[in-house]
Amino acid sequence: MADKSPLICRDIHKTFDKHEVLKGISLETRKGDVVSLIGSSGSGKSTFLRCINLLETPTSGDIIVHGDPIRFTNNRKGERIPADNKQVEQIRSKLSMVFQGFNLWSHMTVLENIIEAPVNVLKVPKKEAIERAESYLQKVGIYERKDYYPAQMSGGQQQRAAIARALAMEPEVMLFDEPTSALDPELVGEVLKVMQSLAEEGRTMIVVTHEMAFARDVSSQVLFLHQGVIEEQGTPEKVFDNPDSERMKQFLAPNF
Amino acid sequence: MLDLKGYGPALLDGAIITIELAFLSLALAVTLGLIGASSKLSSNRVAKGAATAYTTLIRGVPDLVMMLLFYYGGQVAVNNISDLLWEAYEIDFFFQFDPFISGVVTIGLIFGAYMTETFRGAFLAVETGQIEAARAYGFTRWHTFRRIIFPQMLRHALPGLGNNWQVLLKTTALVSIIGLTDMVRVAEEAAKAERMPFHFFIPVAFVYLALTAGSELFIKWLNKRANVGVVQGG
Repeated sequence: MADKSPLICRDIHKTFDKHEVLKGISLETRKGDVVSLIGSSGSGKSTFLRCINLLETPTSGDIIVHGDPIRFTNNRKGERIPADNKQVEQIRSKLSMVFQGFNLWSHMTVLENIIEAPVNVLKVPKKEAIERAESYLQKVGIYERKDYYPAQMSGGQQQRAAIARALAMEPEVMLFDEPTSALDPELVGEVLKVMQSLAEEGRTMIVVTHEMAFARDVSSQVLFLHQGVIEEQGTPEKVFDNPDSERMKQFLAPNF
Repeated sequence: MLDLKGYGPALLDGAIITIELAFLSLALAVTLGLIGASSKLSSNRVAKGAATAYTTLIRGVPDLVMMLLFYYGGQVAVNNISDLLWEAYEIDFFFQFDPFISGVVTIGLIFGAYMTETFRGAFLAVETGQIEAARAYGFTRWHTFRRIIFPQMLRHALPGLGNNWQVLLKTTALVSIIGLTDMVRVAEEAAKAERMPFHFFIPVAFVYLALTAGSELFIKWLNKRANVGVVQGG
């Protein structure tokens, strides 16, 4: 194997109280993969994404980021927790996340939002971070808004700023958690266009989405989740045009 | 020109004591408030219980009673401990309760409890998404607090903080009862001696008014700074 896989997840389980939300999800990516996670609400796709960067701690299973397996231990109550916070912080800095609700830091300008983590987490010199931020802002098409505060922009602009913030980490993998679900319909396109251009550049992306056209046209791999298990998995052609699972057929039915 | 009958310098010294007392108590109260709020919001049961006991106790007892209890009661306690240690172990341990320190500690403790509630509300008002984004980008806990939570909670805390500060400033007048020669105490003595209560208390009232009005302006300015990035509705 020439390149290490940017991200491998093996048999991820997650239980909240007594409710098992994820029942063994595995995923292996190659560099440049665009993986779409689809499924109805409550299928566990967002929870799975949040397990990858440990916003939720998986109850069991392994996560390996660029060859580096995350170490876990048990606390006094017997719950599984990450063993080493330093490692978690380091791994998170390689997996930048784009949220459904944007979550730009509201007291910082767009530019400040973008340089915050590179400067303070990756220790990039400020001048260089600003140059980097400006080039990414140009790429997502909101350079002229760099000194605006998030609340002064539309949802589409905020989400593009959030994508620039994610890009500025030059991450191993980008995680998108329903990036267009909170947007007005007419703003969805501008965000999807940016994401498509990132996919074309060969960035590794994992996208939880309800945008079937995006999943079909842009992904290299599609995972259909239902009640915490992968019901259907494969290339978009396979999953959309020739699914084996009844559930996948039902899920697609309203689209036709 | 106002003739203070030679009490001018003493009144000025008293005013300085009042201001020192207020600022030191504020520093203590804010520190206690931050600790109290973090304890109340932590998952640690002992910390939570201690903080709840603290705020319930302090907020339920009048300031004046607290102050008398602490100053006189504290001295008696020290005396008793001192006697005990001397008789049992011949250890010489004694100190006199200083009214200034007592004042700072009592007022700090009292307002620490109010600040705890103010900060607790402010912590809770910070959207979880803001904190989650910080965690997702690999921030340490301290970095998350310093760069994201603190600046954002300040916005929510400032109105309450400003309010507490004004009440605190006025509460400092109580220390004259435990024998600290603050502005009020000097005015009281002067008023008695000269039989001119208006003549001495009205200037004192104006000093308090100037201090509170000045702080109000300062808090307004702080508020404006803390609300940067917030689009005001309406």
